[in-house]
Amino acid sequence: MVSYLIRRILIGIPVLLGVTLINFLIINLAPGSPADLYLSPTATPEDVARTEAALGLDKPVFVQYLNWLTQLLHGNLGVSFQNREPVTQLIADRIGPTLLLMGTSLVVAYLVAIPIGIFAARRRNTAADYGVVGASFLGISVPHFFLGLAMIYVFALTLGWFPTGGMVTLGRGGGFADRVSHLVLPVVVLATAVAAGMVRYVRSSMIDAFGQDYIRTAKAKGLAASVITNKHALRNALIPVVTVIGIDLSALIGGAIVTEQIFQWPGIGLLTIQSIGARDYAVLMGINLIAAIAVFAANLLTDIAYAVVDPRVAYA
Amino acid sequence: MTAVEDVSPLLQVRDLRRYYPIRTGVIARTVGHVRAVDGVSFDVYPGETVGIVGESGCGKSTTGRAVVRLEPPTSGSVLFDGTDIATLSTARMRRLRTELQMVFQDPYSSLNPQIRIGDLLAEPLVAHKRLDRAGARAKAAEMLATVGLPKLSLDRYPHELSGGMRQRVGIARALMLEPRLIVCDEPVSALDVSIQAQVLNLLKDLQGEFGLTYVFISHGLGAIKYISDRIVVMYLGKVMETATTAEIFARPKHPYTEILLDAYPEPDPRLRDRERIIVEGDVPSPANPPPGCVFHTRCPYAQDICRTEVPSLNAAGGARHQVACHFPLAQEAS
Repeated sequence: MVSYLIRRILIGIPVLLGVTLINFLIINLAPGSPADLYLSPTATPEDVARTEAALGLDKPVFVQYLNWLTQLLHGNLGVSFQNREPVTQLIADRIGPTLLLMGTSLVVAYLVAIPIGIFAARRRNTAADYGVVGASFLGISVPHFFLGLAMIYVFALTLGWFPTGGMVTLGRGGGFADRVSHLVLPVVVLATAVAAGMVRYVRSSMIDAFGQDYIRTAKAKGLAASVITNKHALRNALIPVVTVIGIDLSALIGGAIVTEQIFQWPGIGLLTIQSIGARDYAVLMGINLIAAIAVFAANLLTDIAYAVVDPRVAYA
Repeated sequence: MTAVEDVSPLLQVRDLRRYYPIRTGVIARTVGHVRAVDGVSFDVYPGETVGIVGESGCGKSTTGRAVVRLEPPTSGSVLFDGTDIATLSTARMRRLRTELQMVFQDPYSSLNPQIRIGDLLAEPLVAHKRLDRAGARAKAAEMLATVGLPKLSLDRYPHELSGGMRQRVGIARALMLEPRLIVCDEPVSALDVSIQAQVLNLLKDLQGEFGLTYVFISHGLGAIKYISDRIVVMYLGKVMETATTAEIFARPKHPYTEILLDAYPEPDPRLRDRERIIVEGDVPSPANPPPGCVFHTRCPYAQDICRTEVPSLNAAGGARHQVACHFPLAQEAS
């Protein structure tokens, strides 16, 4: 297992390098220059050239990339174009709220999806099952921005149950209850898409498990239906579900960017949107690297979890 | 051992039917039925082994599953020790499962891959509140020794054992609750030939040790002949013939039985030149069985009456020999 992990991590290094390279190229392919944004409309071409030189943008793209890499090897992600703050500091300030939002959403999504998936599987091809499948289809299809705005309109503006955005009520300390009430709507938006997809996985996985011979064996033993469902079927059904967590995480990162923007959640997502608007290449590259590492780590953890939940899987 | 006449049967299957609906279209309208088991009756006496034989799709496994109510019968009755289990409530059936067990065909798929052998075996004892966890595990260890598996298998997962070992686990599992009747559904057909004999011998030994009654389902005549006291021959969901093993092999009365015996490969090369009966055509669909005798489409002796009238299962030569044929064979088997 240890040698497997080391090998996986070593394989990960070129993958991450590739991701950063492609990203760097995409960012630089966009027409225009960040300097345009930081100078007044009356700036002369000399001003533009001076600003670009200060930002290191006057060199060829590959030299820029190599410079970025060299910095990275020194543990330095550079400084923000906008406000000269170190990128590591900017990300460190924003990662907490994002982890809180994504983690809560993931937990909520699974707590909702697994029981509903089991429920639908046990009543497959009934009205209840069709209802669950239909609702999950709706949940997958509705875009984050639409659901988010609809939530704000109904629950924040019309009913006034929850705040429209932010993480704490400004000037009122931000106690636990205050934080929770700010968390509810964005979590619902993010968790909906994840849970909707997960319900379908759990349902089909449980239906598959219920059809297995060992379930017939369990019935022949005279076990109670709850034991057959929760012990014999669920344990096997969760194996494929576990593998989806890694994929879900990448979807969650994408969803968080939109959701944070809508709810003005002070996390990485909001920082991303702001940095794209400001053409802040340094911050974007830093965020990108962190996201790539997160997805890579999630997939690695998924594979480890796979070995834990399935005794037939052993890594060497 | 053959049961004596005056002992009452442990299992009485009467006119058992199991139809599967054929659904089609958007609203899943039922357009017909597959008659997997179509009016099967037989008795099983305490301590004997009844073999059910027939080709694939004849309904023998469905019969086996219906006997232990892993599937509800469409109609008919299954009397186990006087109780009709076909109509028993789920809760009462669950308690009765301690008496009726099944050994499954596929030792790979029928054991839950997530559960260690020890827990797998201990589970029914704990579920039926016979023993606590520790006691059940001790019993499991004992049972493993009985079926000839090393004690350290207790902490193994099913995938770590070979096919033969897994089938021994399947047998041990069925024995854990000390049932009276075990339905063995093709217990050796998934195993290598060399392992088949070991498992058959194990089943025989266990029968003596625990006084078990078996219903043994197989398409292999060799295994059936070796283990059964009596044989039920099935074709297309119906019983064609039933008699003691010796009777069936010496004096088959039904043309289908004769053909089935004839199709059995002859191990002695010097005897391979004998004339063989060749049957033509395929088995008709159980969704649309032929009228009259279901075998008439392939029977070399079929007459007009066979095409219109269903033959009933009648006594033919000896009280325990029954055959469903308008023209039972008279000659000795070749």
